Amino acid sequence: MRLPTLSTLAAGLLILLGPAVFADPPAAKPLSGTKVEGPAAPEGLQVPSPPFSEGIFPCTSCHDGKSMKPNLKRRELTDMHTDIALHHGPASRWCLDCHDANNRDSLHLASGEKVPFTASYQLCGQCHGDKLRDWRVGVHGKRTGSWNGPKQYLLCVNCHNPHTPRFQALKPMPAPTPPEQIQTRKGGAR
Amino acid sequence: MTDHKPECPIGGCEPPATIGGTRREFLGAATAAMATALTGCGTLSKEEFLQHNFRELSKQEVLDVIARLEKEYQAKYGREVKVANTPAIPGVIFGYALDLSRCIGCRRCVHACVKENNQSRDPEIQWIRVLQMDKEEGVNVQHADAYYNPEEVPQEGHFYMPVQCQQCKKPPCTKVCPVGATWRDKDGIVVVDYNWCIGCRYCMAACPYGARHFNWGEPHLPADEVNPKTHYLGNRPRPKGVVEKCTFCIQRTRNGQYPACVEICPTGSRKFGNLLDKDSEIRYILENKRVFKFKEDLNTQPNFFYFYGV
Ligand code: SF4
Ligand code: SF4
Repeated sequence: MRLPTLSTLAAGLLILLGPAVFADPPAAKPLSGTKVEGPAAPEGLQVPSPPFSEGIFPCTSCHDGKSMKPNLKRRELTDMHTDIALHHGPASRWCLDCHDANNRDSLHLASGEKVPFTASYQLCGQCHGDKLRDWRVGVHGKRTGSWNGPKQYLLCVNCHNPHTPRFQALKPMPAPTPPEQIQTRKGGAR
Repeated sequence: MTDHKPECPIGGCEPPATIGGTRREFLGAATAAMATALTGCGTLSKEEFLQHNFRELSKQEVLDVIARLEKEYQAKYGREVKVANTPAIPGVIFGYALDLSRCIGCRRCVHACVKENNQSRDPEIQWIRVLQMDKEEGVNVQHADAYYNPEEVPQEGHFYMPVQCQQCKKPPCTKVCPVGATWRDKDGIVVVDYNWCIGCRYCMAACPYGARHFNWGEPHLPADEVNPKTHYLGNRPRPKGVVEKCTFCIQRTRNGQYPACVEICPTGSRKFGNLLDKDSEIRYILENKRVFKFKEDLNTQPNFFYFYGV
């Protein structure tokens, strides 16, 4: 295997959500009643862990800033992170617009201010302000927990792959049995 | 049937004083025999036959009824089933909102509901029906398909509208019930006392949303699929011959939890909360989004709202 080259630095933190994550809806987990888990994001919001691909975080385990110097040049990645397809404004955007070149375990806003992965919604909200507003009041996105108590907020990235944000299509669960197919069971008074 | 009841004076009639027995004993024996005769298989106990409408029971009687039911469920399913009778929380009226611009028709909600609420699995009774509609037609039940089954949803040119009990403020279903086995509770949830329901299905005819379902046969609920956390007026296992419906997961919501369909929905289309709490998400939706009520012209006044989140 090739050693990571400079170019891989650039994409080091593009680690969110392999396509496999979408095979099952993100809804499956928080079904456990009122129990609310996960690290607290800033503002005291309860959010689940961001859906990192397995074994890839912290990004600084490769991108430590010493063995590989950050390459700030916008380019196509050919050595690492090649599975990431950027279908999120690809013409005008690339990795380091969101991922911080100096601290790969962090994201940054347009202002340069760093934000942790648990607060990535702040980053999304720079462009999607109306959605962020709706998310905060619980209209957009999903909340679990209790309707009159603590709630867990799914992050934007729990439902939308930030690199391919369109909500993935799902296989529908079984349809109801059409009346004509309902069988009379023996001995039953159907 | 030609048998006539003896005419009773107002206030009830006394049975003739029988030799060697009190009135109570007489009634006990007579009703036990009658219960056996009526059910044909003798599964209806004397206590059950004599049980009154849930709303008329004293606290102690409710506890007795629940203890009896728990024992019956234990015998039937070989496991402990808890039956709660949690009352409505004062100052709470539940409201539900569903975002039509986000629902993708995946039916996760339908099946989470079946599991949570102990519906019959075969034939499967589903309290939520997801209607696939043509975008061109808008909300038009004549162009609705509940049996769609493509590889993937959402399908091009369609939108999805899940329908379940709308918990009407003016529910036609409760008005027509000849025995008062169904009513609207204080938190706005329309409930059914399955032990008082006589299975006449008038309520099903009266409900314009198709929200009520009848157990034609003995509900087939495998013991290992029983949800043991139940409520008397909600998801406790039902007998054959009664009507059942969505109760906003009364067993969960009266304890502060969200309904199962809200918890499962992968698109976050389903919103739930207290209509009397001006800081709740449900109130925010009603005040800030484009909201409509299904079949509003019928004046059933649902506490279930559809909205467009975008
Ligand atoms: S689970 Fe949510 S998205 Fe899926 S059909 Fe139900 S309401 Fe629609
Ligand atoms: S939707 Fe139907 S079952 Fe539910 S309250 Fe209204 S009339 Fe009754």
